[in-house]
Amino acid sequence: MDKKKINSALLRGRILKGVTYALLGFWALIVLFPFYYMIITSLKSYGEYNGESTPSLVPMHPTVENYISAFRDVPLGTYFVNTLIFTIATTALMLIVSILAAFAFSRLNFKGRDLAFTLFLALMMIPSELVIITNFVTVTNMGMRNTFMGLILPSVASVFYIYLLKENFAAIPDSLYYAAKVDGTSDFKYLLKVMIPISSPTIVTITILKVIECWNSYVWPRLITDDEMKFLVSNGIQALREGGFGRENIPAMMAAVVVVSVPLIVLFLVFRKRIIEGVAKGGTKG
Amino acid sequence: MEKQNLKGWLYLLPAFLFLGIFMVYPLIDVLIYSFEEGYNSASGTSFGIGLYNYSYVLHDPFFISALKNTFILVAITVPASTLLALLISVGLASIKKLRDLFQTVFFLPYVTNTLAVGMVFMILFAKTEYTDGLVNIILSVFGIDPIDFIDGPYAAKMFVLCVYTVWVVLPFKILVLTSALASVNPEYYSAAKLDGAGSFKIFTKITLPMISPMIFYLIITGFIGAFKAYSDAVALFGTNLNSRKMNTIVGYIYDMLYSDGGGYPSYASAAAIILFVIVLTITCINLMVRKRHVFTGR
Repeated sequence: MDKKKINSALLRGRILKGVTYALLGFWALIVLFPFYYMIITSLKSYGEYNGESTPSLVPMHPTVENYISAFRDVPLGTYFVNTLIFTIATTALMLIVSILAAFAFSRLNFKGRDLAFTLFLALMMIPSELVIITNFVTVTNMGMRNTFMGLILPSVASVFYIYLLKENFAAIPDSLYYAAKVDGTSDFKYLLKVMIPISSPTIVTITILKVIECWNSYVWPRLITDDEMKFLVSNGIQALREGGFGRENIPAMMAAVVVVSVPLIVLFLVFRKRIIEGVAKGGTKG
Repeated sequence: MEKQNLKGWLYLLPAFLFLGIFMVYPLIDVLIYSFEEGYNSASGTSFGIGLYNYSYVLHDPFFISALKNTFILVAITVPASTLLALLISVGLASIKKLRDLFQTVFFLPYVTNTLAVGMVFMILFAKTEYTDGLVNIILSVFGIDPIDFIDGPYAAKMFVLCVYTVWVVLPFKILVLTSALASVNPEYYSAAKLDGAGSFKIFTKITLPMISPMIFYLIITGFIGAFKAYSDAVALFGTNLNSRKMNTIVGYIYDMLYSDGGGYPSYASAAAIILFVIVLTITCINLMVRKRHVFTGR
């Protein structure tokens, strides 16, 4: 009797497991399918795509002509380079600003520090939608529309990353600092030689998160650029869709979409653990 | 000591400059804008101070439509995505084989460009002269007539927007819930099993209460995020959201600021402050509910 009971429990467990895998597999399919679809569509020729009333899931005559026209007929290459410059400059500036501030908050003692930090934390609650209006007016008045300065400067400061770094710096034992002081090391040198190397995992994490954020930013570039040559990938691709070949030439559009998506997917696959950890620690989206 | 003070502030200076110019000043300025009546951005003059901008925005049919869209989006996607994420994370926690692979795949939408992938969704759902679109072809298997999801009826457009929003926000929620589930002390489970509790009972009596703080965290951030929806809608329906009746509050703010009908920073500011007040109110309500329902270990 007991054996029968155990057998039925085992069977139930197995069925449950099967259902679990089926559901997870189903969701994985839903996640992956758009990526698969953009790739196969980008490999179809214009004629092939428009000739199919039921889109086939395998391109019959794969071609790379769409990729060529994505770079030749529209300035996708320019968008790409712009985004690269924007991302690197913004991230680098953010790192410098955040590291210096986090160092001041965690290591240096000065009047007004705690008050300043409290005010900092309060800023975390401010949604970007609220400040973007004035920033738009400021940048316009300073004549920085359609410039990298106008794109980069308002995107630099990020209270949350300063906070994250400060927590990390604060966890470094004081004894190291006093030992370095006895040796006559200056504060700045201590920051460079000791604190930054020790905190490098966190620094890498915030770098990656900022890169993702920059690469995908849409609202600010859209507001601040109307010169096609200064577009970033997000608003560039939107412009392609509405004014460029997107309206008719879907396969070429999809080639552009693939080109825009690939860098971050590669970055993700390389730094998978770091990114997942970093987002769990401090990412927000949705 | 004087020197130390100076040094500290010197290190903070860059951060203060950036935050001061691009965050603190705008915050004050946006409030002023929102109360200045008849502000002219060319001459920098206004007629006076008052509530006219707010009244204008609240009577603007485009704003009402954006408000309605945003509330529908929030009401559907927040519960749907949280429940789905819970289901998926519980599934993930119960398996060993392929778990890493699934986790990697599920996280993929987080790193993708919302605008770019949104266009793929648009094509999958769109009905054109050439083709009914893949989704409609699948639906036709179940005997459903083709629907134009992108240019068609309001409910269909809303449906696509909700589907895409859930697709985009799910990775973050799955990630948070997966790590919450992993942190539940396994001894609780063994103790419950010893007492003969079934797996459903274990889930509702142990797992759910233990991860409830994280669920509430997700609900709060989910509300805040969904109220700020915008790029997903642009990706699916294009930048002219007003004419498609698919605008969101944030979209309304940006359109007022800069687009064909733009150039009205005062109206944009009033709308932004209304949004901020809504989000703040909902967050406070959430926190009050949280106090009553979340297990905190005490």
